[in-house]
Amino acid sequence: MTIGMLLMLSIYAMLVNNVVLMQFLGICPYLGVSKKSDTATGMGLAVIFVMTLATAFTWLIDHFVLIRFDLVFLRTIVFILVIAALVQFVEIFLKKSIPALYRNLGIYLPLITTNCAILGTAILAVQKDYSFLVALVYAVSTGIGFLIAIILFASIRERLDTSEVPEIFRGVAISLISASILSMAFMGFAGLVRM
Amino acid sequence: MSKKEPLNKAFTEGIWKNNPVLILLLGMCPVLGVTSSAVNGLGMGMATLFVLVMSNLVVSVLRHIIPKKMRIPCFIVIIASFVTIVEMLTQAYTPALYRALGIFIPLIVVNCIVLGRSEAFASKNGVVRSIADGLGMGIGFTLALFLMGVIREFFGNGSFFDLSLFGENFNPVLIMIMPPGAFLTLGYLLAFSTYMKNRRRTKEA
Repeated sequence: MTIGMLLMLSIYAMLVNNVVLMQFLGICPYLGVSKKSDTATGMGLAVIFVMTLATAFTWLIDHFVLIRFDLVFLRTIVFILVIAALVQFVEIFLKKSIPALYRNLGIYLPLITTNCAILGTAILAVQKDYSFLVALVYAVSTGIGFLIAIILFASIRERLDTSEVPEIFRGVAISLISASILSMAFMGFAGLVRM
Repeated sequence: MSKKEPLNKAFTEGIWKNNPVLILLLGMCPVLGVTSSAVNGLGMGMATLFVLVMSNLVVSVLRHIIPKKMRIPCFIVIIASFVTIVEMLTQAYTPALYRALGIFIPLIVVNCIVLGRSEAFASKNGVVRSIADGLGMGIGFTLALFLMGVIREFFGNGSFFDLSLFGENFNPVLIMIMPPGAFLTLGYLLAFSTYMKNRRRTKEA
């Protein structure tokens, strides 16, 4: 793959095929941690970080263990365990060596284990037969796509708090309808890159 | 929930009063991701139902053996095994459904309902009650997905189970089977369930 194609893949993963608004992965943190922009930013950054690490590790394990020993059917089980262990390890490592980063991302890390965007991206990257470098670019861009989507959504929700919403729509219902409009806006990127 | 409550309550709880999707708001990803048609919604619901019942069964059988501190990884391994079984079965017997559901079948592993029921119910209750709970929650989940699928297929494709309802000249609302339609449909469904809840409350008062 050339640099140009990598760039296209990156734009595709960030905007055209946005992980939340087009693929519906990671809806739980998207709805749960988007009440304020600063927590949403923290969550988004933590997702980029873990997603990249998880995709790298699971790619290596897939290629050097599962495919080599013909164990591909164990992918789901192995990947989720690797991700869960990885998140624990990252948490311990950050706490000990980079406390500043831990203070900012720490509380989001345990939540991320059950974030389906992480497992989804890891599985999609190996299913699509990406090479290691391409898988990394794909994971970083998908993470950035999540960050963009959650920051936009959090800003919308902050405005929603102060506006008058009909009683039955209050809470999650109006958030989902705003997400729908945001998703419509993202459909405008559809013609940007063709994959 | 105490052990004296009747068995049928463990079953019906999940279908309406504590519906995992419409009331508890758990496991939203497949609810939005695969419900572009009634068949897909039903298929995904059945797959999750199977995993829920089986993992509840195994977790409740092993609940005295699994050490307290290691329970979450143990639950995840049990759930992931059944997800792998479902994945292989759908791939072998319903390849079209397998392609339509795609990434969402392996992602049943991280569906919060499944792990949530193992943790909150099956690890504390007997085998029969856990199966009843799994069935109830699974049926509640399936019904919600099916409802979403029917609504979106009706507006977005003008059909019910691929059966055309309005003839040739119908102009479908395409947006309903595209991603924004999923958010929109679920938003209105949640508003409707709040409306029903409010109405019941004012009637009781």
